[in-house]
Amino acid sequence: MVEFYGTAVSSRLMLGTAQYPSPAILADAFQRSKAGIATVSVRREAGSDQAGADFWALIKELGVAILPNTAGCHSAREAITTAQMARELFDTDWIKLEVIGHTDTLQPDPFALVEAAKALCADGFKVFPYTTEDLILADKLLDAGCEVLMPWGAPIGSGLGLSNIYGLRTLRAQFPDVPMVVDAGLGLPSQAAHAMELGFDAVLLNTAVAKAGDPAAMAEGFAGAVQAGRLAFEADPMEPRDMAAPSTPVIGKAFLS
Amino acid sequence: MKISVNGDPHEVTSERLSAVLDELGYGAAKVATAINEAFVPAGQRTTTPVQEGDRLEIVAPRQGG
Repeated sequence: MVEFYGTAVSSRLMLGTAQYPSPAILADAFQRSKAGIATVSVRREAGSDQAGADFWALIKELGVAILPNTAGCHSAREAITTAQMARELFDTDWIKLEVIGHTDTLQPDPFALVEAAKALCADGFKVFPYTTEDLILADKLLDAGCEVLMPWGAPIGSGLGLSNIYGLRTLRAQFPDVPMVVDAGLGLPSQAAHAMELGFDAVLLNTAVAKAGDPAAMAEGFAGAVQAGRLAFEADPMEPRDMAAPSTPVIGKAFLS
Repeated sequence: MKISVNGDPHEVTSERLSAVLDELGYGAAKVATAINEAFVPAGQRTTTPVQEGDRLEIVAPRQGG
């Protein structure tokens, strides 16, 4: 069990809902991932279009908690308005706060992120900020009222895995009691396992599953990796060393030379 | 009067947001709204005026990561 803002969630895998080949494959992937939280978004709707209603019906059937995002927002004001619309649409005060500062890397704008986080926390939102591994930014986000941090593993959709392991390890060590989710950049289950072995509380991914040849199988792969990584972290792994240390007892070996 | 709806020009006759949404065919659709970049809660649509040149955004649930 992991808790976010006092809500216990059974799975440490959070899954996005975009880019799947079909709604049926999305539903199958969620079932096999056993994800407890689904990320969603808001987008323009034409008057005669029922896409929003159809998608909402599909999501409700998944039986998971909903985490709306502010994806694509490039200013605090835009993100705040988007969050307000998402709160009404999805009937939740959870918001995955994204304020993008760089188009090619989708790196967050740290200044606008903190500005938006302050306003949203003051307005009663429970903010999940998409951030980097920067310690000072993390501190400012916590000061703003955030009780969860979501550092990136690598740029969104890149599949590069954990591109700054030192930074993530330092962030985890600096704020040991803050629930943290490695969000974005994961491409393989082994990378998710690594994030969990570092002591992160959960991982959030989308493209790695949705764009796999068999999304449902990949979802199950990630579920196993997240569970394995968490077990390893809780089991207190051995310290690595540079030289070999024989695991088989030396004493008692037959003298045969 | 002319307004912008999700970035496209539209001609509407209604002067309240709830009526504009009906006029545009949204009816009881699950949507959220903003006028001129400011959120308008559903409960305020019947009293919120829509004026010439307003920029209306109408959004609905969508896939996201």
